[in-house]
Amino acid sequence: MSAASDTIQDAQTKRPKSYLDNGHTVASWLLTGDHKRIAMLYLISVSIFFLVGGIAAGMIRAELVMPRGVFLENDSYNKVFTIHGVVMIFFFLIPAIPAVLGNFLIPLMIGARDLAFPRLNLLSWYVYMLGGTFGILAMLFGGVDTGWTFYTPYSSLYSNSQVGLTITGGFMAGLSSIFTGINFIATIHKMRAPGMTWFRLPLYVWSHYATSIIMILGTPVIAITIALVAVERVFRIGIFSPELGGDPVLFQHLFWFYSHPAVYIMILPAMGVISELIAAFSRRAVFGYHFVAFSSLAIAGLGFLVWGHHMFVSGQSMYQGVVFSLLSFLVAIPSAIKVFNWTATIYKGSVRLQTPMIYALGFMGLFVIGGLTGLYLSSMGTDIHLHDTYFVVAHFHYVMVGGTIMGYLGGIHYWWPKMTGRMYPDRWGKLSATLVFIGFNLTFMPQFVVGYMGMPRRYHLYYLQPEFQIYHIMSTLGSSVLGLGYLMPVIYLVWSLKYGKVAPANPWGAKGLEWETSSPPPTENFLEKPIVTRPAYDYDAEADEAEFEKLVAEGDPRAYAEVGD
Amino acid sequence: MAAITAPAHDHHGPLHHQFDDLEQQNETYILGMWAFLVQEIMFFGALFVSYAIMRYKHPMDWWAAHTELDWKLAGVNTFNLLVSSFFVAMAVRNAQLKQPGKVVGWLFGVILCSLIFLVIKYFEYSLKWQHHLVPGPSFYYTGEANAGVAQTFFGLYFAMTGLHGIHVLVGLIIFVVLTGLWIARKPIVTEDYIPTEMCGLYWHFVDLVWIFLYPLFYLIPKP
Amino acid sequence: MFFRLRFAPDTASTFAEQYDWLFYTTTALTIFFTILVCVLVLVFAIKYRRGQKINRANAPSHNLYLELSWSIIPLIMGLGIFAWASYLFVQTRQPPKDAMDVYVVGKQWMWHAQHSNGVREQNMLHVPAGRPVRLTMISQDVIHSFFVPAFRMKQDVLPGRYTQMWFTPSKPGVYNLFCAEYCGTQHSEMGGFVVVMDQADFQQWLANGGDDLPAAPLTMVQRGAKIFKDKACFTCHGEQDILQGPSLVGIYGQKRVLKNGETVLADDAYLRDAIYDPGKHLLKGYENTMPSYKSKAEDNNLGGLTEEQVLDVVEYIRSLRLSTPPATPGSSPAVASLTPAATVSGTTN
Ligand code: HEA
Ligand code: HEA
Ligand code: HEC
Ligand code: CUA
Ligand SMILES: [Cu+2]
Repeated sequence: MSAASDTIQDAQTKRPKSYLDNGHTVASWLLTGDHKRIAMLYLISVSIFFLVGGIAAGMIRAELVMPRGVFLENDSYNKVFTIHGVVMIFFFLIPAIPAVLGNFLIPLMIGARDLAFPRLNLLSWYVYMLGGTFGILAMLFGGVDTGWTFYTPYSSLYSNSQVGLTITGGFMAGLSSIFTGINFIATIHKMRAPGMTWFRLPLYVWSHYATSIIMILGTPVIAITIALVAVERVFRIGIFSPELGGDPVLFQHLFWFYSHPAVYIMILPAMGVISELIAAFSRRAVFGYHFVAFSSLAIAGLGFLVWGHHMFVSGQSMYQGVVFSLLSFLVAIPSAIKVFNWTATIYKGSVRLQTPMIYALGFMGLFVIGGLTGLYLSSMGTDIHLHDTYFVVAHFHYVMVGGTIMGYLGGIHYWWPKMTGRMYPDRWGKLSATLVFIGFNLTFMPQFVVGYMGMPRRYHLYYLQPEFQIYHIMSTLGSSVLGLGYLMPVIYLVWSLKYGKVAPANPWGAKGLEWETSSPPPTENFLEKPIVTRPAYDYDAEADEAEFEKLVAEGDPRAYAEVGD
Repeated sequence: MAAITAPAHDHHGPLHHQFDDLEQQNETYILGMWAFLVQEIMFFGALFVSYAIMRYKHPMDWWAAHTELDWKLAGVNTFNLLVSSFFVAMAVRNAQLKQPGKVVGWLFGVILCSLIFLVIKYFEYSLKWQHHLVPGPSFYYTGEANAGVAQTFFGLYFAMTGLHGIHVLVGLIIFVVLTGLWIARKPIVTEDYIPTEMCGLYWHFVDLVWIFLYPLFYLIPKP
Repeated sequence: MFFRLRFAPDTASTFAEQYDWLFYTTTALTIFFTILVCVLVLVFAIKYRRGQKINRANAPSHNLYLELSWSIIPLIMGLGIFAWASYLFVQTRQPPKDAMDVYVVGKQWMWHAQHSNGVREQNMLHVPAGRPVRLTMISQDVIHSFFVPAFRMKQDVLPGRYTQMWFTPSKPGVYNLFCAEYCGTQHSEMGGFVVVMDQADFQQWLANGGDDLPAAPLTMVQRGAKIFKDKACFTCHGEQDILQGPSLVGIYGQKRVLKNGETVLADDAYLRDAIYDPGKHLLKGYENTMPSYKSKAEDNNLGGLTEEQVLDVVEYIRSLRLSTPPATPGSSPAVASLTPAATVSGTTN
């Protein structure tokens, strides 16, 4: 079955009542148990938080153009980068793929009617929104200036800003993430359709399974840790403050015990998306399915053992450092496996360079750079110099923005027809993907250099080091291009809701259960309970080409039309 | 692709619409419950780690500070919780045997135990308050231990037993609701023992945490 | 506008030279893998574009040997980098015995450095080229981090605990000094310069009492002696062990026997503990009668000692040798680092 045979007329006439038609009142959305509607709620909320974080990023970049700063006081700058980090990590990136795409797709992909616990799912959105409200309140009441890492004793005794409110917000975001994790684990274990064995699961589901494990094992630790910071602030008990008999480095251990695995909460779902995209747009089964599936679990498992690589110069013992460094090199290997397996998937495929595929290819380039620069940081010798410089800033933006956001946007484009029933203009999509790629590199590549030259992070004044300026100017220029690249999808995707072409059930000719139900799906997902009889990624590039040639020979215009044009 | 028709949606029985049958639903709930308990373990785990490190750093002060606590009262509470765990186990058993009358009886026992626990805890806490042992501005300690460390000790004491206390309180509410459902003979509990079993799992976990807290705070040997 | 375009920081320590080899090797590896992946991806994506007439038959779905090799080859390369980097790192943790000592206190938002002859500096650090320098650092409030890019060297500075770092400056010049750990409002400005001087210039500089202090100041040992007197430590600590307290003469660097039978090394950290938290390790034969000299915020340092004063006292205790008056030149290797300073200040006075 290919895109061509599944015509648009078909889709319009046969379209059943979708989940979007199941009530139009506000209450029908706010009290829904439907995973698809909750996903949409999340989509709106995380987009707003992305905007907030993005505005903060814009302020950071504007401020850094001049060596003496442009418009921010010391304290305001500190608050701006803290807001940027907190919002982007806790309120945008961690929920982004799991709570939007994961929520929408996991039941569809495994052939279930809903997640295992629909009410828990709705509750997790409310808790998330409550947490977000606390975050926003903290900003309104003067902001918080600890950095997203909340290092003690600064956060527990010295800072005079809204640490308590922010921590409450972070705590709730954590709870919501735990709920999501529990829901996914139960769903993936128990709700698969008949015939959907573990090794027929799409790799996207595998990556979410691994992610959920981290959510359940890691998130409670950060929750209680930041809660202790709040308790220490209020009651002055000495767990993290040396003045009161505590140990400041203990906080760092507990914080990174979660926050390192958390970076894999951010990247694994994106990797899952990329597996789907590469397969669908190369018309090939993902090369070495088992290796890719298990590498997700390996990343989740090993990811818990490397937290100390954030603390090489923190005063932890040298032997600890050596062990953490070694394990960090081991955790790089499953990532390498994924990258090479994706590459091999494209080989002998039938590649279409449509918007989601451009994002996927962009992901591969940027993630490789981000990941490999992680190796500089996990080598103790090189980290001494690079720690807490812009090199680290560049590293994590490469993996988080170049990796996760590319994956997220690629996924949003790929499943947009499924979620909304509308096609977006593919040309605009390609343009925005290209802009994002170029703008991104222009923003963050210079930061590697300026970091190596010694520019510390969380600095907004560098008047004694004018040689840093040129790199900051390049970076700010790049971020403008990047911002434009992000703005475009917002516009044309919203536009497509009303004016976009009506999407067929399977616009890409992709495999996977989610494409076998109508777009957008009915409330119960499948009118008939699916029974799975074939492996995932049951593509055939050769047959696809043969059909293409036939169309060309017949002079059928559909051969050349890209979907959405 | 073959297909079977989805079962008709029936919201009156215990089966929720997203499941095919009760067996699937029950397995899913139990699995979800275990996942929840695992995250609870990690939740308490961070506190236990902080405790371990602080005690390792200040063994003498830790011992000295602990003498302020009343191991006898807490011992009563430990016994009390163990008994309640037995009651819960019996309630689950009778739920499986579909004997609503007995279930309600055992559940009343659980509720009573958790009330006793909270009352004793209340007295313990208020004594600490009177002795100025609650960390914060009013903290005033004259015992043998370094005052700063004592404050940390009591900080952890309140954090850990307090978090546990909250769990007991939540448990109390859950059991009141559960008992209510049993008394009203609601089918979601009478036709399916799983809700009772899940409450029981939760309660055993709360009990287990206390089994660790008791020796760690009340029964510290002199180093 | 005019920009100085540079791609790398100065290289001004022996470590920095070794560091750059590792850094550029890792860079080569990064570029290699980046190009490899990007080229493969692009070539495949273009060659196998839809509609391209090209053989697509027998596409493999997996290949164990291929997959193992692209797991194991990067692993070996990674382990190579790991071994090299760890080797370098371990070296940076082992200061040579003859290193020159400088004491650094970080506080919101400035750096204090103190040379053992008592010369103090703020947000500056003068060091001689070609001689290993060891910094013993502590913070008075939150965590800071002492970072000199030209030395490729960085170490967090913690409250309540000494940390150390060392380097051998190799090239005279003026280099950036940063605080790399976020520490509050003026974190961006908590920096300064490290000045590397020729040995001779440095001695001269030191002899003149640094840049901004007029007359020769008290040496650390002298200041420590004064504190010892002012705080009446001598009432309990004399030449001999007495009932009130043990003698401190010659204890530095010795093994001390504790009440519980353990032995511990009397190093800087031990002495600091002994002063701030005397109950922490009680000496054999003594009870916990010594008061804590930890300064409390409430009493404005009355009665207590600041971190800097503790460093002075420790340096003084270190100088105490049986039958040798404090700070006499050439008394023992342990006070060798005092020697030049002591002689110099003797001559200039
Ligand atoms: C999505 C988020 C994400 C991801 C996926 C990663 C991935 C990795 N990170 Fe990163 N990291 C962050 C987010 C992330 N990181 C953040 C947010 C921080 C800063 C936090 C803060 O302080 O504010 C940080 C900081 C950080 C540090 C601390 C730096 C410091 O403060 O001094 C270190 C140190 O080891 C590190 C290492 C790594 C490693 C080894 C990987 C590996 O997983 C990468 C593996 C991938 C590859 C290696 C590429 C693919 C492989 C090949 C193409 C084959 C070739 C491979 C070999 C030769 C081995 N990261
Ligand atoms: C997901 C995580 C994430 C994302 C996406 C980003 C995105 C960006 N970040 Fe950020 N960053 C962090 C996570 C992230 N960052 C973290 C954790 C820190 C550390 C904080 C700390 O030190 O504590 C940090 C720190 C950090 C610094 C260092 C500050 C310092 O140390 O002094 C800088 C400096 O350049 C920077 C820049 C940017 C830029 C230019 C972007 C750009 O990619 C942003 C581009 C986006 C926009 C410009 C928004 C445009 C969007 C629209 C127009 C769409 C509108 C949407 C709707 C209406 C739905 N970031
Ligand atoms: C009231 C008596 C008293 C005073 C005053 C006193 N000390 Fe002590 N000090 C002791 C006793 C008793 C011990 C041994 C018990 C112990 O280890 O705490 C001791 C131990 C020490 C030690 C560890 C010695 C070792 O051999 O390991 C150091 C260092 C020290 N004191 C420094 C000081 C300094 C510096 C001062 C003044 C600022 C001071 N003391 C004032 C009684 C005193
Ligand atoms: Cu001190 Cu930053
Ligand atoms: Cu990490």
